[in-house]
Amino acid sequence: MQIIIVGCGKVGTTLVQQLSMEEGNDVTVIDTNPDRVRQVVDDYDVMGYIGSGVSYELLVEAGVEQADLLIAVTGSDEQNLLSCLFARKAGNCQTIARIRKPEYNDEVHYIKEELGMAMIINPELAAAMEIARVLRLPSAIRVESFAKGRVEILKFKVKPDSVLCNMAVSDIHTQLGSNILVCVVERDGATVIPGGDFVLQEKDTVSIIGASKETLRFFDKVKIATNPVKNIMIVGGGRISYYLAKILISTGVNVVIVEKDAASCELLTEKIPEATIVHGDGSDEGTLLEEGLERMDSFAALTGIDEENILLSLYAKSKSDLKTITKINRISFDDVVERLDLDTIVYPKKITAEHIIRYARAMANSLGSNVETMHRIAGDKVEALEFIIQKKCAVTDTPLAKLNLKDGILVASIQRNGRIIIPRGDDYIRVGDSVVIVTTRAGLTDLDDILRKK
Amino acid sequence: MNFDIVRYILGYVFMFQAAFFVLPAGVSLIYREHRVGLIYVGVLVLCALLGFLATRRRPQSRGMYAKEGMVTVALSWVLLSLTGAMPFTITGEIPSYVDAVFETVSGFTTTGSSILQDVETLSYASRFWRSFTHWVGGMGVLVFILAIIPMKGGEFMNLMKAESPGPSVSKLVPRLRDTAFVLYAIYMGMTVLEMILLLISGMPAFDAICLTMGTAGTGGFAVRSSGLTGYTMTQQGIITVFMILFGVNFNAYFLILHKKIKQAFRMEEVLTYLGIILLSVVVITINIAGMYPDAYSAFHHAFFQVGSIITTTGYATADFNQWPALAKTVLMTLVFIGACAGSTGGGLKVSRIIIMVKGIGKEITTLLHPRSVKKVRMDGRPVETEVVRSVNAYIALYLLLIVVSVLIVSLDNKDMVSTFTSVTVTINNIGPGLEEVGPMGNFYEFSNLSKIVLSFDMLAGRLELLPVLMLFVPSVWKKKHGTVKGLKNRMSKSGKGIHEENNGVCR
Repeated sequence: MQIIIVGCGKVGTTLVQQLSMEEGNDVTVIDTNPDRVRQVVDDYDVMGYIGSGVSYELLVEAGVEQADLLIAVTGSDEQNLLSCLFARKAGNCQTIARIRKPEYNDEVHYIKEELGMAMIINPELAAAMEIARVLRLPSAIRVESFAKGRVEILKFKVKPDSVLCNMAVSDIHTQLGSNILVCVVERDGATVIPGGDFVLQEKDTVSIIGASKETLRFFDKVKIATNPVKNIMIVGGGRISYYLAKILISTGVNVVIVEKDAASCELLTEKIPEATIVHGDGSDEGTLLEEGLERMDSFAALTGIDEENILLSLYAKSKSDLKTITKINRISFDDVVERLDLDTIVYPKKITAEHIIRYARAMANSLGSNVETMHRIAGDKVEALEFIIQKKCAVTDTPLAKLNLKDGILVASIQRNGRIIIPRGDDYIRVGDSVVIVTTRAGLTDLDDILRKK
Repeated sequence: MNFDIVRYILGYVFMFQAAFFVLPAGVSLIYREHRVGLIYVGVLVLCALLGFLATRRRPQSRGMYAKEGMVTVALSWVLLSLTGAMPFTITGEIPSYVDAVFETVSGFTTTGSSILQDVETLSYASRFWRSFTHWVGGMGVLVFILAIIPMKGGEFMNLMKAESPGPSVSKLVPRLRDTAFVLYAIYMGMTVLEMILLLISGMPAFDAICLTMGTAGTGGFAVRSSGLTGYTMTQQGIITVFMILFGVNFNAYFLILHKKIKQAFRMEEVLTYLGIILLSVVVITINIAGMYPDAYSAFHHAFFQVGSIITTTGYATADFNQWPALAKTVLMTLVFIGACAGSTGGGLKVSRIIIMVKGIGKEITTLLHPRSVKKVRMDGRPVETEVVRSVNAYIALYLLLIVVSVLIVSLDNKDMVSTFTSVTVTINNIGPGLEEVGPMGNFYEFSNLSKIVLSFDMLAGRLELLPVLMLFVPSVWKKKHGTVKGLKNRMSKSGKGIHEENNGVCR
């Protein structure tokens, strides 16, 4: 697939990194900053052009006429839209733009239709939605859903007093009777797809997969709370806070937003009258305590400064046992940050990139069996992919135990006629199934890729 | 320094070297030179074995940065030359190993300087091998490997950067492998075309094949002791045209293939290159007109010699050592200019000369108007200051290397012109110089020390100086321990966990 990426900021670079590694993708990048283009071209196997992505001439030189997909992720919404418009007119390619201004947000469907775009992504809205999903089950660090919400991957940390401590993975099924599968364990920065005799320890970060009801039942059994949050304190009144507050209020959550800029407070209270808007410095202990931090059951640090967000969340954790959400903009050093005692960390840039890659990958597969959904589980190391089996292929109708799977591949769930199967060795995949594969190999595009080549 | 990846890629280089030896072995079969053939097969097996051993274990870390890229390229060229020289010495055709290495380096770097007093004493297989090294060296071995072996990741761009001639290397298409493939396809296509034309013109097949490979790589090894004087005017003409074509930036051909003909003919470097050729031909023709019976033959020889020198091929149809001073000086000036960047030729490259001259112009403007802001432009686009700076540094280093080499070679106590031109023609990968090393002379009389220095110059010139000089920087050879290694171990452990997992779930 010929892909043009306009803008090599953090999102652009993440996209380049992922897409250029996948077989069959030819990636070209355009940016006005020569240093950034040079950096990207030095690091990845892509072609770089220096110049503006709204220059028709440059777009043609970069091969927009032959391109299949153009992704515009510069800092300016208008430039992104213009690039997409040109690309649409010059060639016949699919276009994706990042649009982040809330004023465009209400008209996003109109813009998308009129400009014939494939996808418009609003990073802040996407992040807010992700946070809202986690807050529905605050004991989990992340919640990813497959098969239209019927299958879920839940990620949580094993607490010291949990029954899971020192329990082998195979005992979960026999002792607790839960029909779920442990698909990934992260311990001390290493990521493992565990075998049956793998023993869980405290502080492990565990991802389990199963039918949504089963996963909740499992949480009950190991005494992890499953009730959604009722109130939240948000520090920072930016765009994510705005979207998040709107979503949460519609589900009946009490929202307190602490923001230090008076004008932003005014604006917020105009737009979301149901929320309590506090004009104060969120980095001041007194303010937080006065506004009832200790009575909250969740806390979100969404200011523009990463360091401040980390400190605030750590402080909130030290004050009371609540769920914390930390927003981090910078993608580097993520493995260090992950090791801190922060519950859920949200990277809006990663979320954006992930949405776009999911689309790109589905597009690349529009021929064979589809990648329906894709989620990253442990940083960039593990991917969970959902495939729909449309026709007979090498993996169908053979018991899983007899398939010659590559290393680092786990068939995690099979959904057949509305029933969720957590597969064992004698189960097999049939046409029409929806299969979730958990893998440490990046860039699987077809279900046949899980087999070792003969 | 990631020695693992260097070893791994060098292993592939050995494998390819083994594959290259198949061809001279085949030639020896045709001409029934069984003893020579056996020796080629022997060296082939040795290379294959070394290659097999080095590639057996995959590198733990695929980290490949500019440093690894340069060292890999430089080392692979050194190793190719050292192994490539072995058959010459083992067969006894070039008894001294230093001489054999000089000859092979001269081949791979497409120089064409020879220590042989009479080429025709060599077996057919060895003569073929000599010319074949030109063809391989012209486009580059690593580029060839990149075209064939799938290597993911932008880091391998560092290999191509170190091997491709020119101040800045650009890809033709997004994928490195596709770029390498396109380059070799163009190269191959033009080689075949020249070969066919020479065969039609009635040249014997062996000569046609060897001379074509010499032209394509802009090398310059001939297969007869008389050089190229013995061929017809038409044949010489065909070779002239192709020499010049191979000296053109291959980007131009890529643009033509993609029907962007206008753009191709607007490339400043190509136009300048053709302009320099035209001007030199006119000057030399007038200068040497008196020496030849008619104006056409004067033009013919001038054209051939200019094409041969500017593209750094080094074939000769006439002993230009006998030409008047002006003609010789013009030729020796062309030595320093060289062909276009992104071609198979050597020398400083026309684009560097353009940037340098324009840079001087900019300096003068700055002196006249101290507050003026001006950028050096090429192809209508501003050249980044970084590129201008690196061109200047390159030229400084180049001159320094010439001075040092001339000093060492002068130990042999030859005349000034021979000493000086022997260095300049090797560092620019031309071939013949003047006086003793002129088109009818050779490098046999030099001492071993000089031959080693000149071999080094050839490699340095072909690989754009820095990669080869990198080999002498001690810090390059330091191995780093500690954190990186610890991390690696942990990674491999987690990989093991995954393996066990498969057994766990599926049974």
